[in-house]
Amino acid sequence: MEKAVKRYMPIFVLPTFFAFILGFIIPFIMGIWLSFCEFTTVTDAKFVGISNYIEALKDTVFRHSFWYTCLFAAVSLIVINVFAFALAMALTQKMKGTNIFRTIFFMPNLIGGIVLGYIWQLIFNGILAKYQTALGLNEWYGFWGLIILVSWQQIGYMMIIYIAGLQSIPGDVMEAAQIDGASGIQRLFRVTIPMMMPSITICMFLSITNGFKLFDQNLSLTAGEPSKMSEMMALNIFNTFYGRTGWEGVGQAKAVIFFVIVVGIGLIQLRATRSKEVQQ
Amino acid sequence: MKKKKVLSIVLAAAMIAGLTAGCGSDSGSGEGGSEEAKGKVYYLNFKPEADEYWQELAETYTDETGVPVTVLTAASGEYEKTLKSEMAKTDAPTLFQVNGPVGLASWKDYCYDLSDSDIAGELTDDSFALMDGDKMAGIAYVVENYGIIYNKALLEQAGYTADDITDFDSFKEVVEDITARKDELGFSAFTSAGMDGSSDWRFKTHLANLPIYYEYKDEGIDTTDAIKGTYLDNYRQIWDLYINNATCAPTEISTKTADDATAEFVTEEAVFYQNGTWEYNNIADVGDENLGILPIYIGVEGEENQGVCTGTENYWCVNSKASEDDIQATLDFMNWCVTSDEGVEAMCSDMGFVIPFPANLESTNTLVNEANKYMEEGKTPVTWCFSTMPSEEWKNGVGSALTAYAADQTDANWDAVVSAFVDGWAAEAAATK
Repeated sequence: MEKAVKRYMPIFVLPTFFAFILGFIIPFIMGIWLSFCEFTTVTDAKFVGISNYIEALKDTVFRHSFWYTCLFAAVSLIVINVFAFALAMALTQKMKGTNIFRTIFFMPNLIGGIVLGYIWQLIFNGILAKYQTALGLNEWYGFWGLIILVSWQQIGYMMIIYIAGLQSIPGDVMEAAQIDGASGIQRLFRVTIPMMMPSITICMFLSITNGFKLFDQNLSLTAGEPSKMSEMMALNIFNTFYGRTGWEGVGQAKAVIFFVIVVGIGLIQLRATRSKEVQQ
Repeated sequence: MKKKKVLSIVLAAAMIAGLTAGCGSDSGSGEGGSEEAKGKVYYLNFKPEADEYWQELAETYTDETGVPVTVLTAASGEYEKTLKSEMAKTDAPTLFQVNGPVGLASWKDYCYDLSDSDIAGELTDDSFALMDGDKMAGIAYVVENYGIIYNKALLEQAGYTADDITDFDSFKEVVEDITARKDELGFSAFTSAGMDGSSDWRFKTHLANLPIYYEYKDEGIDTTDAIKGTYLDNYRQIWDLYINNATCAPTEISTKTADDATAEFVTEEAVFYQNGTWEYNNIADVGDENLGILPIYIGVEGEENQGVCTGTENYWCVNSKASEDDIQATLDFMNWCVTSDEGVEAMCSDMGFVIPFPANLESTNTLVNEANKYMEEGKTPVTWCFSTMPSEEWKNGVGSALTAYAADQTDANWDAVVSAFVDGWAAEAAATK
């Protein structure tokens, strides 16, 4: 059987591989090339060297959005994972209705980011109007608004991954810890969490990269108001591309810088948590 | 074993075929026309409100001449994005639009020289051509007006008529009187000055045109790299008037949309609504007899003779990178639109345009006719200088500063608007390559 799979591998892989090249590799290489060009349409570009990168790094708004995005990714990482883990613990207890709760917590994840952004914009502005202010008037309202939004959206998803992790912990390990007299807290930190490291790795990776890449929620909730102060990196790239005549290449250069940063941070995080994983 | 191998290859081939089938399926359409029909027209339309009529017109043209015409309309505010991606395709638009000199800067390499075309000869005034040096890069196909649209019935109910409003001071008096008696009258002076993305262009672009217009007039220029902001105090006056006499608190305007303002006007919650003739179909429910349009007075010497803002940001350009046949077909189509009975009928009656060509018909759009009265009275129309604004970024900067100022109307916050206006202009003019 295995031999047959190996033999026919090209046939099974080819269609997807073809799509991957067409939909990812080619645009990616083109994107890198275009970051060194001046262009109006992507098929008609003129090479200009690294001047786009110089413009991109000189941009103070881009630097602000970098710090703002880092802070956002860090806060959302902690909030999402702590809540998702706690919910997963609660919903693996023996009680009635856990399946219903799991479904309900998972549901926000099924709504698209743009829609969520507009819905929450109405909610937040409705509340803030009572205090004579609005979401677009203070960058920190936008910040916490986004945190609440993505938490609401992603906690359910991470929770499902954690539940799967929790269920895979063998019962005898827990039983042994209990017989040895480990307290609840000791069992959580010494047994459950080390055994859960693979799930934690994946959840942290997903939430940190999601935090950096956040775009639709940012666009629909605050659109960068006030004065680009709540503009995160992805939105900044988008606005650079379309905001000025002749700046398409700069937007592209920012996108390449952004890619390198996200890959770097993702890899560091993977290595850090992987090293804590234990063999079962 | 062999059979299986064949089967799997067939399956794999079928999958690949399925993947690629999506790409080429629309080629070959529209080839059924007559023999002489060479070339085709692909128009990327800027005006969503006119989409339906363009589709009909395209069909009529195809029936008549056999030349296939495709019309695609970009969503509101998405034109540049759509144009950028469409132009990168093999079947790029043959007819597209730019909004003026700044928009032209991105697309000048794609603009065919229209100087010798038939349609250029039809123009009633050369000022409706968009020039790039000696090259005629674009031709305006619609002239529009904007100002302060008002509800005549409500204004009368408040005890005034349009004749009472001749300059900023008299306008301010009327507006503030309405605000003072708001509860008694049951309506406000202005609709909400929404700074949501759907509505903020009314202020960061259209209203900002007035201080720019007067400055250009003083200096005798028609574009600049460094604006001085001579009339920004006037800009502040009118903005104060808008936000403090509206249906909502000035802190709420960042959340208000264009639909909110339209709804408030139609449901008679407010008398005044700054917008243009293109808005007619959305507010026609108020009734033709109740609709009027006022010039935007900002308190400049001699403004009693000022008319409404008249101009265009819709220039037709022909894609110079299209094939000869397609270019010719496109030029023919454009000419047909503005000279044939069907074309003119569709543009003037259905779309409600005023076209700068001799075939223009009497408009059915009340706002257009109201706006034309100022012309007839000999008032000077305000030209559309906003097409010289250096970039989208500049507009966004001014818009954000206006929103922040509205929420907290201090001098420091107004200074931020001035800085976005003046310093922002210089920075953007320098940054835009």
